[in-house]
Amino acid sequence: MSSATMIARDTRSTSESTTLLDFRDVAMTFPDGTVALSGVDLTVKRGEFVTVVGPSGCGKSTLLRIASGLEKSSHGTVDLATDRIGYVFQDATLLPWRSVQANVELLAELHGTPKAARAAKAKEAIDLVGLTGFEKHLPKALSGGMKMRTSLARSLTLDPEIFLFDEPFGALDEITRERLNDELLRLFAEKQFAGLFITHSVSEAVYLSTKVIVMSGRPGKIVGSFDVPFDLPRDPEIRFTPEFAALVGEVSHALREAHS
Amino acid sequence: MTDDVTGTTSIAVRRTRSTNGGAKFGVWAPPILVAIVVIAVWYLISSMLGKKNFLLPPPHEVVAKGFLNPETASDIVTALGRSALVALVGLAIAIVIGVVWAIAMSQAKWIERSLFPYAVILQTIPILALVPLIGFWFGFEFFSRVVVCVMIALFPMVSNTLFGLQSVALSQRELFKLQHASRWTILTKLDLPTALPAIFAGMRISAGLAVVGAIVGDFFFRRGTPGIGALLNNYTSRLQGAELLAAIIAASLFGVAIFAVFGLLGKLAVGRWYDFGQK
Repeated sequence: MSSATMIARDTRSTSESTTLLDFRDVAMTFPDGTVALSGVDLTVKRGEFVTVVGPSGCGKSTLLRIASGLEKSSHGTVDLATDRIGYVFQDATLLPWRSVQANVELLAELHGTPKAARAAKAKEAIDLVGLTGFEKHLPKALSGGMKMRTSLARSLTLDPEIFLFDEPFGALDEITRERLNDELLRLFAEKQFAGLFITHSVSEAVYLSTKVIVMSGRPGKIVGSFDVPFDLPRDPEIRFTPEFAALVGEVSHALREAHS
Repeated sequence: MTDDVTGTTSIAVRRTRSTNGGAKFGVWAPPILVAIVVIAVWYLISSMLGKKNFLLPPPHEVVAKGFLNPETASDIVTALGRSALVALVGLAIAIVIGVVWAIAMSQAKWIERSLFPYAVILQTIPILALVPLIGFWFGFEFFSRVVVCVMIALFPMVSNTLFGLQSVALSQRELFKLQHASRWTILTKLDLPTALPAIFAGMRISAGLAVVGAIVGDFFFRRGTPGIGALLNNYTSRLQGAELLAAIIAASLFGVAIFAVFGLLGKLAVGRWYDFGQK
């Protein structure tokens, strides 16, 4: 794009190039013999938002589970340079008996943060995701999008250096999803975490990311990597530009090739 | 964002209102109608029996001889009180043992494999066959009556609690594991709260069974202060049909009441976030 953008991106990569997550030749074979991942090399640096797209069942989620330590890879090395990890699940995983406030406080509570401190932390996170006024609501009174916002706020209380997203908006309708994408980009710009995002929506991937990675079906392998050149913060209208459409086309093409 | 939120809540509110207000008649009318039909049939059969109607005295006689006669009424109330004590002590013990048993099984697959068959056996063995043995071991008084209650009421507590503990979503468990939460933390902050609706549903079933256990115990263990079961036995042997029916109705109402109380307790405990007792 413009030269100004290029400069902005350059400063970002020189001053904040700490690698937070580093996969080297990672493979995953489950005890039943299923090969979920093979030969995966992937790095996520501070200030990077990397999205992995691939067909269902290609091991995208396994990638996140390994990154977070929920699962151990059967081959290769995984380095995670921080213990402040945000993890957003496919569903909001809220505790139905807790109010929005209490749900958002949960992680700090598990870490033994004193009540006043975690309440303040939660309040801040709730403000950030735009749920102010809904602190006392129970999850059953929230829409799908608001549940996801609560889930996001809960992770934000950890001040994560790296944020792992496992298809978090897959179950939401298109409009809610686009809105949450906008908010996520705003949070990313504000908080400067590193992001690793899993999705099967190519346009969501291109819109959110600084880099899109395409995975093939089983066993999951990285078959393509696309740098996304658009400026941050992004104008939602960018989705309707020919450049955006062209990149979505390219990624889709790579995805289709990998799938066949 | 805000629009779609208020939209959802207002729909929810409207739905609750319509079930609370308009549906009351629809809820109560059918069972009352059934009761009227039953009483009518009762009168019919009773009058057809003629002289032998001590087998089924008409309803007004049951009320007069059973509930309005001060002596009989006080006998029934005293006996029911004793049975209630047995049932409640038995139920309390069954709840504690059942929940602890289920928690133990939820902690490791091998514990579940080792212990669950015995929970099933407890449910399948004819407890009546064991009752003489219970008397033989523990005597024929209060304690044995409580043991029978516990044995009858235990299984629903074990199975319901275990089901509840195991219905925790994998992702929620992982949410806790990602924060390196201890087993104890996961149990108290995730598993038990998740299981609470199932535990209360189990209590409701067990409460009814504990009443059955108390009455069964009375039939076998006659020493000390037996309850309503012994009274039923006496009325039967004296062919006092009206008093017998009155005692049976009182025992049944007590069973219904204890079921309702635990339903209410469940609603108070989890009704805020769970549709308890709606199904």
